[in-house]
Amino acid sequence: MNIQTRQAGRATVIAVFGKVDAMTAPAFETSVSDLIAEGQLCLAIDLGGVEYISSAGLRVILAAAKALKAKDGMLLLANARGPVQEVFEISGFGSVFNLYDSVEAALETAG
Amino acid sequence: MDQDYSTMRFPASINSLPAVTAFVEGKAAAAGVMPAKLPGLCLAVEEAFVNICTYAFSGHEGQVEFICFSTPDAFVLEIMDSGPEFDMLSVPRPDTSVEMEQREAGGLGVYFIRHFTDHSDWRRENNKNILRLTMDLDDGTSHPKET
Repeated sequence: MNIQTRQAGRATVIAVFGKVDAMTAPAFETSVSDLIAEGQLCLAIDLGGVEYISSAGLRVILAAAKALKAKDGMLLLANARGPVQEVFEISGFGSVFNLYDSVEAALETAG
Repeated sequence: MDQDYSTMRFPASINSLPAVTAFVEGKAAAAGVMPAKLPGLCLAVEEAFVNICTYAFSGHEGQVEFICFSTPDAFVLEIMDSGPEFDMLSVPRPDTSVEMEQREAGGLGVYFIRHFTDHSDWRRENNKNILRLTMDLDDGTSHPKET
């Protein structure tokens, strides 16, 4: 798994690549929680490069969303495709989170 | 159809995960499981293996044994551990309809095991938990069953 972050207006885009599984989820969690601790209130996670995500990865996303909501922030998810999209749908996360077809569409919401 | 049994033991550690999924994926592909079904099988195997590492051994050293074989219609995987008796498939299905604030991630792993395999069952035998996961060798047009 590889993570790249960039600033886009008031949002921070986190592009994730590779597998988000039980081995890599702790590093993903550290990256996300560090950004929240730094005061970032709008995180957009680009899932376009994610080939696989398990419940360990979903747990990180759920925790981040709750932490941001408690600070009146927001978590946006973009580019879920194929098996990743299916995992979101069957877990019910598709209706819980804001899922966007592209990072650009997600960033429009962030304003 | 290959009727041979393939057996492999892995340390009950999350660090074994890449080797575990590579072993199962290779055997499943060789048995004729459709490529489109392999990511789901790997996801189910990860969830099962992590569950065993976390709850059956709770950080203690141990081994998890994987046995693969084929029937004319299916690829069968048995995952065995010598931890305390526990049927992970008995974990209730999570409520996937509640709002985010009430959502918990617990239970999703077992939910994925049920969803991404064609059949799953558990038994206790010789003081071991045995989780059996079955993937049908169909034409790949069927969608994973609803759980």
